[in-house]
Amino acid sequence: MDFLSGLFSFIYQTGDAFAFLVLSACGLAVIFGMMGIINLAHGEFILCGAYVSASAARMGLPLPFAILLGAVVAGLVGMLLERAIIRHLYNRPLDSIVVTWGISMIATQGTLIILGSTMPGTGTPFGSFAVGAYSYSIYRLVLMAAAVATLAVLWLIFTRTRFGILARATIQVPHIAEALGVNTPMIYSLTFGLGAALAGLAGGLYAPTMTLVPTMGAAFVVEAFVTVVVGGADIFLGTAPAAAILAVVKAGLTSWQGQLAGQIGLLVAVIIVIRILPRGLTGFILRERA
Amino acid sequence: MSSRNSIISTFRLLEGPQTLGKGPGFWSAFAVVLILACIYPMFADGYDVGNNVYFFNWTFMALGLSLIWGYGGALSFGQTAFFGVAGYAYGVLTINLGDAYGLTFFSLLAAVGISALFAAVLGYFLFFGRISGVFLGIVTLSVTLVLERFMSQTAGPEWAIGSARLNGFNGMGGMPSLTIPWPGGDIVLYPDVTLYYMTLALLVIAYLALRMLVNSRMGNVLVAIRENPQRAEMLGYDIRRYQLGAFVIGSGLAGLSGVLYTAWGNYITPSSMGMSAAALPVVWVAVGGRSDLTTTLFGTLLVLAGFQYLTIYGSQYALVMMGFLLVVTILLAPSGIFITVGSLFSKGLRRRLARERA
Repeated sequence: MDFLSGLFSFIYQTGDAFAFLVLSACGLAVIFGMMGIINLAHGEFILCGAYVSASAARMGLPLPFAILLGAVVAGLVGMLLERAIIRHLYNRPLDSIVVTWGISMIATQGTLIILGSTMPGTGTPFGSFAVGAYSYSIYRLVLMAAAVATLAVLWLIFTRTRFGILARATIQVPHIAEALGVNTPMIYSLTFGLGAALAGLAGGLYAPTMTLVPTMGAAFVVEAFVTVVVGGADIFLGTAPAAAILAVVKAGLTSWQGQLAGQIGLLVAVIIVIRILPRGLTGFILRERA
Repeated sequence: MSSRNSIISTFRLLEGPQTLGKGPGFWSAFAVVLILACIYPMFADGYDVGNNVYFFNWTFMALGLSLIWGYGGALSFGQTAFFGVAGYAYGVLTINLGDAYGLTFFSLLAAVGISALFAAVLGYFLFFGRISGVFLGIVTLSVTLVLERFMSQTAGPEWAIGSARLNGFNGMGGMPSLTIPWPGGDIVLYPDVTLYYMTLALLVIAYLALRMLVNSRMGNVLVAIRENPQRAEMLGYDIRRYQLGAFVIGSGLAGLSGVLYTAWGNYITPSSMGMSAAALPVVWVAVGGRSDLTTTLFGTLLVLAGFQYLTIYGSQYALVMMGFLLVVTILLAPSGIFITVGSLFSKGLRRRLARERA
């Protein structure tokens, strides 16, 4: 019984870490995989989703709708920024990354000035259940389900919808897609919006479990960065398996040495992995198939 | 005879294709600026002089970033990691060793060495893993953020090295200032005129040495790598070694900044490695013009002075303005304000700008 409850605890923690890595990374991965840009304002889109959904929930909107609202608002803000600023820098990918950092500084400090140093949140819903000696939050199981559902929906979007097919065509050979009549600026704009919306979704989903402060995005970005670095450019062949592997590393180290060891271990693991697999798991898997 | 020739040819590297400014005009201006900088303490009060030392402290990190990013084309967003590592190393070493017998200068060298070693290990994995520009940026940024979080939780008494408590989020203080052993009483370099001259001398040495470096063979290869890594590799250069070399030198300079800052204020905190601290060097270097040492140096001093002015008169808006400045610079003057504005007046700069835009 002791062994079983220990095993359950490890699986639960791994699932929790997996959900966190997938949800925090997929928005970043969509934008990077499609456009080759690392969005350093990723944490601020998460912040935007969290703040919007928390305020909506406190105004009485049911939580699932509040979370979706957070995602939609973050997505719209993302599209707006893409139109206004990032669009002008597509031929200078490294500069576009630096610009997103500038946006991130403005957003974090701007939030602090306008909304103050903290914001009242909503409590974590659903209560908890117990297995063996430990009790577990039910909401964390919802997050795991949400992570899997997000991956499934993304897969459907990119393989089954017209937008997905046009987006993949645009990514593969932009000028041919344009010649065939695809509105590529629109596709870029929508893709950036989708990435921002996914970040907002992560913010909305995790808002009930965290303290809402203007720098909360920073709690996500390291995990998101390392997952994308290990994963490489493809979200399904890269990000998802990378999140699974890193989740085991993180859960193992966390239960052995604590939260911080999990994070440091994650980073060290990543630095070693890129020495061996410079193009991430995506490159590894694609080479195996080729 | 040959050694004399090699010395002369080394000094010839002070001007060359990779640095703006050459000939008697530039060096006369350089001399005027240097003389003004030297006589400045006679006309200013002690506080302003100490404040200028504070500005000078950061320029080493900026010059290092210019070497890595502007010349080598490698985005390193985590220079503050080396700043922090060296700052903490200086604190730990000096608190344990004390300030007698010039041991503070030994600690300075050791701390810079530690940060350079850290950069060499990290850089080995990054550059020899051949990761691309974008990933380099986010891995180095992750390193500095994780270091910040690590140092923030070292509040407990178990986090001590020798007699130096790391003190977690509140930061570490109480380390001695740099001290020159002198017969008849050590000279302690408080943020005042003596420290000003020492820092100024270090800055001039670093600036001139970097000018020689970027005009040397190594600098030219670095620029070739920035322009086209494949081509440089096909020409037979091991680009990993050159980039690693630039990364270690640049990070050592960031470490020097960290030591000087820690010794200047007798204080270092984890937030000097945080997200907004990491963003500031990128702003300084990008605004001035990252692809040249001189523009980087002046841009850094200008932005630092502006930032401090804003912090005094509208504290919370300073970071917003920095972000805004970065966005506007990248959109409107990607080569930095000095080169862009200068190209309105100079044909040579216009050509350079066109080359960079191409």
